[in-house]
Amino acid sequence: MNDTHPPAWRQDFPIDWPQDHYVARRDFTKFLVLTSLPFALVQLGIGLVNWFRRDRGRWPVRAIAPLADIPVGSVLSFAYPDDNDPCLLLRLDDKTLQAFSQKCTHLGCAVTPDEDKKCLYCPCHKGFFALDSGRPLAGPPRRPLPRIRLENRDGIVYAVAMEVNPS
Amino acid sequence: MNHSLTREQMTTILQGILCLVLFVVLLQVWLLTATTNAWLGGDDSVLWPAAAASAACALVNCALLRCLNRLTV
Ligand code: FES
Repeated sequence: MNDTHPPAWRQDFPIDWPQDHYVARRDFTKFLVLTSLPFALVQLGIGLVNWFRRDRGRWPVRAIAPLADIPVGSVLSFAYPDDNDPCLLLRLDDKTLQAFSQKCTHLGCAVTPDEDKKCLYCPCHKGFFALDSGRPLAGPPRRPLPRIRLENRDGIVYAVAMEVNPS
Repeated sequence: MNHSLTREQMTTILQGILCLVLFVVLLQVWLLTATTNAWLGGDDSVLWPAAAASAACALVNCALLRCLNRLTV
């Protein structure tokens, strides 16, 4: 066989593999750059959704229930700051009322009071929060539950603000 | 510049660009995961810095794509 000419099979199958690899990698790189833009847009979208959801710092005042209707040791659910934000009001003793957002600070499941252990419990990944402060006690959550500031006006309990304290 | 480069050199440069782009995209995936995690937990203080970082990553990737196009033209 003459070395200066490509073999016969090469003429029947004239694919330039290095060039093929080059083109494949180049197209893959372009595809990756294309996926990079939606990631940035989604991040901006999350920021905008959050911006429009917040009432720009002004919290509504919402009546929850008359104090006389909340027995000691009971738990009442209500919504604050709007109807899609479930919260829990706990009457721990005669003088102590606490209210927390019901959304777990891990991935947003609903927390429920755990009567036995005297804490708030998230069933999704077994997260526990303190009843008196909302701080995380065990499980994956790292931040305390947002606390609802309460006011007693003429015997009616009102929710007046939400305190989000990321740790 | 591209006329003087051999194909092997261009492939090497392309692989370098591909690695960088891949790294930046992975960084964006991580940013999105961490932001969503924090946001669902009620912490919205990280949203705008994370959005700015992700936009900067996208710009870096666009610049890399420009280099790539200049290489192959
Ligand atoms: S969502 Fe509550 S512990 Fe994961």
